[in-house]
Amino acid sequence: MSGLEKSYGDVRAVDGISFEVEPGEVFALLGPNGAGKSTTVEILEGHRSRDAGTVEVLGHDPGTASAAFRDRVGIVLQEVGIERELTVREALVHYGACYSRRRPVDEVLELVGLDGLGDRRTHRLSGGQKRRIDLALGIIGDPDVLFLDEPTTGFDPSARRQAWEMVDGLRSLGTTIVLTSHYMDEVQALADRVLVIAGGRAVAEGTPDELRGSMDRETAIRARFPLDADGTVDDLLGGLSGRATVRGGRLEVRTEQPTADLHRLTAWALERGVDLDDLEVVRPTLEDVYLDLISGEPAGEPAGGDHG
Amino acid sequence: MADRTGRLPSRLGLLLHQIGYQNRVFRRVPISAFFTLAFPMMFLLLFAAIFGDVAIGGGHEVASAQFYAPGLAVFTAASATYTNIGISTAIARDEGILRRVSSTPLPRWCYLGGVVGSGVCIAVFGVAMMLAVGMVAYGVEVEMDRVLPALVTFVVGSASFAMLGLALAAVAPSGQSSPALAQATMLPMAFVSDIFVPLGDEPARWLLVAGDVLPLKAFVKAFFTAFDPYHVGSAWEPGLLLRMALWGVFGALVAARKFRWEPSTGSVSRRRT
Repeated sequence: MSGLEKSYGDVRAVDGISFEVEPGEVFALLGPNGAGKSTTVEILEGHRSRDAGTVEVLGHDPGTASAAFRDRVGIVLQEVGIERELTVREALVHYGACYSRRRPVDEVLELVGLDGLGDRRTHRLSGGQKRRIDLALGIIGDPDVLFLDEPTTGFDPSARRQAWEMVDGLRSLGTTIVLTSHYMDEVQALADRVLVIAGGRAVAEGTPDELRGSMDRETAIRARFPLDADGTVDDLLGGLSGRATVRGGRLEVRTEQPTADLHRLTAWALERGVDLDDLEVVRPTLEDVYLDLISGEPAGEPAGGDHG
Repeated sequence: MADRTGRLPSRLGLLLHQIGYQNRVFRRVPISAFFTLAFPMMFLLLFAAIFGDVAIGGGHEVASAQFYAPGLAVFTAASATYTNIGISTAIARDEGILRRVSSTPLPRWCYLGGVVGSGVCIAVFGVAMMLAVGMVAYGVEVEMDRVLPALVTFVVGSASFAMLGLALAAVAPSGQSSPALAQATMLPMAFVSDIFVPLGDEPARWLLVAGDVLPLKAFVKAFFTAFDPYHVGSAWEPGLLLRMALWGVFGALVAARKFRWEPSTGSVSRRRT
């Protein structure tokens, strides 16, 4: 798909996003709430119309989604319900009946970790178990492409691990998966490729390793900063190889030469008799890179390189 | 992938499957079964006990149920279609069930066909039960040559009220408000349609006009003709059938224009990202 746009009134929810997903790939859309992830994926699923751009999924335009298209995609939406009075097994049989190809119900129950709960009425399941039914119904039709819109939101940590294993299992069966998430670790664990979006725009694209690669070069030196300053303080400090900023009384220096810059910084502080409390040298986590990306702040080198 | 060999299931098979499934969901919710089926039956038992037998002239007496049972049967049919479909479909939308359905290859008309078909099935069951109790317990009678007109009236009426049920679901702002909307339209209509109490000798004119315009009285009158001991001649009521059918077309048009598959904003907590 390319040049995708979608507005609600004056709000541009999706503002020119483009990407391609290879068969058999696990592709993640990562971004904070309101970034445009779900809107993008709902357009791919044919659940939402687009204002501009071209979209092709399995050779179909989802905007004019036919039964033949829906037969080949599995969709795990947010905010979907299930008939309260049906049992888990009945729901799987019922929804499975409209697909041309079906996975065996027992196999699906086992894949999503609901084995043993087939005869339970759906309203007696916990929130996490209900989400697993959503996953189960997404794969009951043995899809070629599976869309997962925040598949593990609301899961406890062990349920998330299980869901990840399930996605891994599907990947090994050759299913192409497009997922959205706002969890960094989830994307890191699952995705072959990641598109980070914020404010409806793509801010970075690459493999999780490439994203992390950008942080290998940078280390942060942090300390409490006693002088009255805000924003960039490169001028004040001078001579540092990295960029120094002060926010809310805290100094942060992003640098690729931590040893030298630490030396310069402490020399500067001693010279002026300034105490740098809470002084620490930290490698930013992937989370920091991500937070930088979505807040529009530079995280050193552009992550991954390929700006979508 | 190239190895996809299966073909989409046949549409007729899907439709029958949907009807069976909607029937099953209905059976699993005792409260809706009670209001749709047991409630009108209660009225029959009450009315028969209160009014007993009535003289119809010429020294004949018939059970008052001869007059009440057909009207209550129609009330059951309208409840099973209009009220039941309107409420359950609006709730299914709020719960995100319609949203899920629209993400599957099931054609949308097929889902709605299942809803309508199931409503008609429930109506058949309710009407049969009402008439069976009427006949066995109170000696309600129908002449054989009037069975066909009664049957056609039932089919046209139920189908029309099912369409109006879809229209109700389409215009109901939420699942929560749908029962109020259904009852606020159904009960007053029943009172001007001679179902509970016959209108007196000189009712206010607007009551008569309301009854003559709305579809329920047409359903009741056309169906009752087959049971009316005073009626002579053909039991076919083409004018009344046409009036019902027009309402059915109106309901279908409203549903086609207004029906939504996505939950109304605010009915489910929105997590939009």
